[in-house]
Amino acid sequence: MFMFEKALVGGRRYWIWILCLLAVIGLGFLAYLRQLSYGLAITGMSRDVTWGIYIAQFTFMVGVAASAVMVVLPYYLHNYKAFGKVTILGEFLAISAVTMCMLFIFVDMGQPTRVFNVLLYPTPSSLMFWDMISLAGYLLLNAVIALVTLSAERKEIAPPTWIKPVILLSIPWAVSIHTVTAFLYSGLPGRSFWLSAILAPRFLASAFAAGPALLILLCMLIRKLTRYDVGREAIQKLALIVTYAMITNVFLLLTEVFTTFYSRLPEHMAHFQYLFVGLNGHAALVPWMWTSAILALASLALLIVPGTRNSHRILPLTCGIVFLSLWIDKGLALIVGGFIPSPLGAVTEYAPTLPEISITLAIWAIGFLMVTVFYKITLSVREGFAS
Amino acid sequence: MRDQGLIFVGLLVFLGLITFPVSYNLIAGKTSKPLELQLPAVEKQCVAPIDYMKTSHMKLLFQWRDDRVRRDIRTYAAYDGKSYAISFTGTCLTKCHTSKADFCDRCHNYMGIQTPNCTDCHIDPKLIQRSGE
Amino acid sequence: MIISRKRFLQVTGVSLLVAAGEKLMGAFSGVVPSEAPAPALTARRWAMVVDLPKCYRKEGCIKCIEACHAAHNVPKFIDHALEVKWIWKDSFENVFPSQENHYLAATFKDKPALAFCNHCDNPPCVRVCPTQATWKREDGIVMMDWHRCIGCRYCMAACPYGSRSFNWTNPRSNIAKLDPDFPTRTKGVVEKCTFCEERLGKGKLPACVEACPEKAMAFGDLDDSHSQVRELLGSRYSIRRKPELGTQPEIFYLV
Repeated sequence: MFMFEKALVGGRRYWIWILCLLAVIGLGFLAYLRQLSYGLAITGMSRDVTWGIYIAQFTFMVGVAASAVMVVLPYYLHNYKAFGKVTILGEFLAISAVTMCMLFIFVDMGQPTRVFNVLLYPTPSSLMFWDMISLAGYLLLNAVIALVTLSAERKEIAPPTWIKPVILLSIPWAVSIHTVTAFLYSGLPGRSFWLSAILAPRFLASAFAAGPALLILLCMLIRKLTRYDVGREAIQKLALIVTYAMITNVFLLLTEVFTTFYSRLPEHMAHFQYLFVGLNGHAALVPWMWTSAILALASLALLIVPGTRNSHRILPLTCGIVFLSLWIDKGLALIVGGFIPSPLGAVTEYAPTLPEISITLAIWAIGFLMVTVFYKITLSVREGFAS
Repeated sequence: MRDQGLIFVGLLVFLGLITFPVSYNLIAGKTSKPLELQLPAVEKQCVAPIDYMKTSHMKLLFQWRDDRVRRDIRTYAAYDGKSYAISFTGTCLTKCHTSKADFCDRCHNYMGIQTPNCTDCHIDPKLIQRSGE
Repeated sequence: MIISRKRFLQVTGVSLLVAAGEKLMGAFSGVVPSEAPAPALTARRWAMVVDLPKCYRKEGCIKCIEACHAAHNVPKFIDHALEVKWIWKDSFENVFPSQENHYLAATFKDKPALAFCNHCDNPPCVRVCPTQATWKREDGIVMMDWHRCIGCRYCMAACPYGSRSFNWTNPRSNIAKLDPDFPTRTKGVVEKCTFCEERLGKGKLPACVEACPEKAMAFGDLDDSHSQVRELLGSRYSIRRKPELGTQPEIFYLV
């Protein structure tokens, strides 16, 4: 099924990697069984901080999933041939990322066996309903696109013409999945940290920086491990996309900081204060935030200067710190910071517990496993032609 | 055939495994045990005909659930004209089926269908008795 | 006589209709519970008025909280993170952040105020629930269906007042005394005050209102111009929690 046999052929390094991933997944699965029987009390969440690392990771990975549009749009809409070898890698990354998103939502639910209630009792006023629709649709779209284009390539024929409108549909759909996710937060009147029109644009900007950064790292890794080279121009164009997206993201963050601190609205300032200087003696996230900020500024310097952006020795480091900085900002601070202080002004800190981290790592491992298997299949098909 | 012995041993092991459910029940004496339900002590009439309850008690309970919780309907007009308060604990459990283990579980275990988790929330009257009410 | 199942159900269905029809015409024949039930309390818009100065007369009194939590099998968790509470006391400043005032009168400074679900007219929690496990009834009560809740906690994020609690683990072991008249909840669902709708159906006032020794809580129909709540609101100044958010909370506090 779907050339899966190509993923079962590999050298020693490949199988050790797969086994390590399976081990992490196995441990996380055991932790999840414990969570199912004992309840979510096994996590670090509380009455005040009701969403933690699971939903934070979901938010971050939706961005990575949406970023596939940054390779699909130039290649399919504008015939940018240089992306010829990287587009399908971006699509497979999107499929893996969306799967991770759905898994993160699933493990966060208190009653996961009732998940189909969202479809049985559709509620158009709820953004969570639309999130389920858009994520499922995006997964289906990308799966169909990847399957059809790769199968056609393997048979050395042109893909069927009906796939073109499907691909074009995936472009606005990618933007929609992350906008819907941002709307989950930005429409809540009681959460002033999120109640900003700029949240959706900022989500998209940080997504279009983090996603392509990860894609660059994956392409460079593939180039090192196999003979598959997406080409210097593709990498450089991706790096340029990361640059502009990161500039936009940092600029939008600074506009938020201005609005908050010039208006001096206490409720809005309190969240930033907790994150960057601490509140009422609680300052657990302060080192994380400053790390993220310093990394962001450092990455901007390395990205804007053409010399460092074009250097393939420095670029992987730059992409790494972009990813890390944005992961802290979106995959940790944004969600937790929205809950601290609580609507009654209480500061209840959050830190993920060991089982929570184990389940999170397991889902990351599933994502990596999917990327590994998909890339192995793709490279086998493409290198089959090269040799 | 060199592996004749191995093959026959393998076949025997396979037969043993595949017939395990049957042989286990035979040896443990779990089959041919008639179903014994502890019927209610006082009431002889259920809220619906017995045959209907045997096949569709969950349907009735789901209707009760949605009527009570979502439509604020508190009483049920039964087929024989009687009126019952829509309450799983108050009507079903307290008045008649006082022991989940001796009624619900008996039939469900016999059929091999897990009893739904109603009593996770709806209090089994036995719990109140035990705490010395 | 052997009849088919289909025929039997047809007969049952017709009988039910006849029985319902009889009931409609007032011909009530059948099992009557031990005491005739009081008629249910109904309203077009339930609301509550909390008289804070009256509440302050008894320092440290938590009778309303005890009554509510006992009547509804609310578990008690020492760990603040796992807390489940339907009604509680917090400082005036925390309950009313919109009333930011450095020179708050001594009558209220450092005094507690009652906090519980506001049963808003325009509830954000209802808007965001993906399964309609929480919804606004016609009589104004924001109700919970614990059978349908998937435990996503979106409603908890949406509530501007922190009124909702989640069952992070099985609550049963943390309930001191089980009240058989009300179910417990299971782990993985969100819960909150439901204006004692089960008591209203039996003609009783909410547990907190009944339990208050100072009669500081009034409960009634805002649409009834002669109700106690309307009279109180008409004669005294009242405040609500975060009114600028447009949620239209239906809990009024007399100062």
